[in-house]
Amino acid sequence: MRRLVIPLILASALLGITAWMTSLGTVGIYRIPSWSEVLVSTFQHMQLVLTAEGLAILIGVPIGFVVSRRGLRWIGALLMALTNIGQTVPTLALLALTSIVLGSGFRAAVVGLLIYALLPIVRNTYAGIQLVGPAVKEAAQGMGMSRWQVTSRVELPLARPVVIAGIRTSMVVNVGTAAVAGMIGGIGLGKLITIGISVNVFELVIQGAAPAAALAILLDAILGLVELWMTPRGLRKDVRRVGTRAATPARGLT
Amino acid sequence: MIRLEHVSKAFSDGTEAVKDLSLEIAQGEFCVFLGPSGCGKTTSLRMINRLIPITGGKIYIDGVDTQQKNVNELRRDIGYAIQNIGLFPHLTVAQNISTVPMLKHWPRERQRKRARELLDLVGMPPDTFMDRYPSELSGGQQQRVGVARCLGADPPILLMDEPFGAIDPITRHKLQEEFLKIQGRLQKTIAFVTHDIDEAIKMGDTIALMKDGELIQYADPATLLAEPKDRFVRDFVGADRVLKGLRLLRARDVMKAPKLTIRLDESVERAIQLLDERHRSWIPAIEEDGRFLGWIEREDLESSSNLAEALTPAVSTAALRTPLNEALSMMLGSATGSVAVLDNDDQLVGLLSFGAIREVLAMDDESEDG
Repeated sequence: MRRLVIPLILASALLGITAWMTSLGTVGIYRIPSWSEVLVSTFQHMQLVLTAEGLAILIGVPIGFVVSRRGLRWIGALLMALTNIGQTVPTLALLALTSIVLGSGFRAAVVGLLIYALLPIVRNTYAGIQLVGPAVKEAAQGMGMSRWQVTSRVELPLARPVVIAGIRTSMVVNVGTAAVAGMIGGIGLGKLITIGISVNVFELVIQGAAPAAALAILLDAILGLVELWMTPRGLRKDVRRVGTRAATPARGLT
Repeated sequence: MIRLEHVSKAFSDGTEAVKDLSLEIAQGEFCVFLGPSGCGKTTSLRMINRLIPITGGKIYIDGVDTQQKNVNELRRDIGYAIQNIGLFPHLTVAQNISTVPMLKHWPRERQRKRARELLDLVGMPPDTFMDRYPSELSGGQQQRVGVARCLGADPPILLMDEPFGAIDPITRHKLQEEFLKIQGRLQKTIAFVTHDIDEAIKMGDTIALMKDGELIQYADPATLLAEPKDRFVRDFVGADRVLKGLRLLRARDVMKAPKLTIRLDESVERAIQLLDERHRSWIPAIEEDGRFLGWIEREDLESSSNLAEALTPAVSTAALRTPLNEALSMMLGSATGSVAVLDNDDQLVGLLSFGAIREVLAMDDESEDG
């Protein structure tokens, strides 16, 4: 639980800032959104992030897996190259494009975010499965595991930590990108930020940005725990360290 | 029993990895596939459990065509160990060993019990190692777990691809010895790949020497060393093949019974008399109960008042099972040029001399010429 301390401190600090902004009531002629309004926006924001992320996981993991198959690896390699190019397309441009095609609003925002969220997930799933050593796979196959058993009992468990790490990255990036999507679609915390920018009131911008940052930090921390929990014990770094120490005393077996 | 009949493997790019390979590995036999890299030995091995599909010929296991069987079931009945071990890093040692039993749906209790047995067999205390992860083991220990895993469901056949290749020489030597002991007890039918001629001679009942996908010579180690079929075999086994051949012989095969011994409580005069009668320069000395003590040399007798004073203790002695190459090296370090062979009770049962070894080698030379 120690790893949660810093994220919690940061998140509370950010929420403290929000509370302070809220307590101001008005800045000039502008009313600062109240707690309940911020909460509603944050909720919308999360909805946006989680919907896009959920879809990205559902689509991205299978794609990453399929392109890691022998025979399809060239697609994988191609996809990785495309992925890297894809990430250089400015967020704003992509989101503007999806909103032109799909109209503004929730749906367009989700599609835009989905495309962004997909990339790290596909890449990490592909990489995670590539990382499984050929000796391990050969041993599994040679002992009589069926293709499906090699995948489900060996490849996926071994790739899992890397896949989760991809989801974590994608989720954090997503929270930020969702703010931009919100600017265009007029939903979530992005909406508060847009208003703040348009009327040039710093406090309003903070009222959207601080909760978004807190959200990113908390989601990252939670997924960090999930990552740890989903990593098979034999692959955990702390186990390995303990292990080498424990194995050092000569037992006369090596 | 494994039988390969005119087996060949041509890859899609046209290279022929294995050409018309026919051989038979009898029940309980340890067959070593030997050859330089790229000779097709690993390909041959992997065709037996169908990791590589054959493109010609037939492979039978106990008379059944392997092509007719379900490939996964075929593999579950064949133990498989490879150089890089390929232990599953996310599973414990016990779970790794239980891989095939698990695939065969053994009850959990039986799997645990079997894993314990096997860890014991490979010399790793089960209570310490059952629940460790591979990353917590040394290279040698991982190799042992690899061997235990391939024995998991007690398959009658084992395929081993340089299973002791990636470890240091001392550990390798130890694992080889231990594995031979295990094999002595289990009597599995084994196909074993190596590029190391010494390992092949040490481990194999038979050696299949391959080159460029072809079987060049298939024989037991002694024959391979004594009667290399052609230039390639001769070169591959090395110029020191005669010395390597010594390793295959044991002290008990060559030793001569001691004709002459003397007890330490006998007189110096008696010793001089015995030696002069037979024109010998030394005589083995024994305790009253027959235990070997060392040598009495003629030149030391003149200045000695009793035999104990004249005794030159033996630097090293051979056991009945000592390989001849080791005995030879003892001989080179021995004052008398002879080595005493002792039984388990330290009784002197034989003597090894250069002459006796030369006789054996001369025999081999004849067979080579003929």
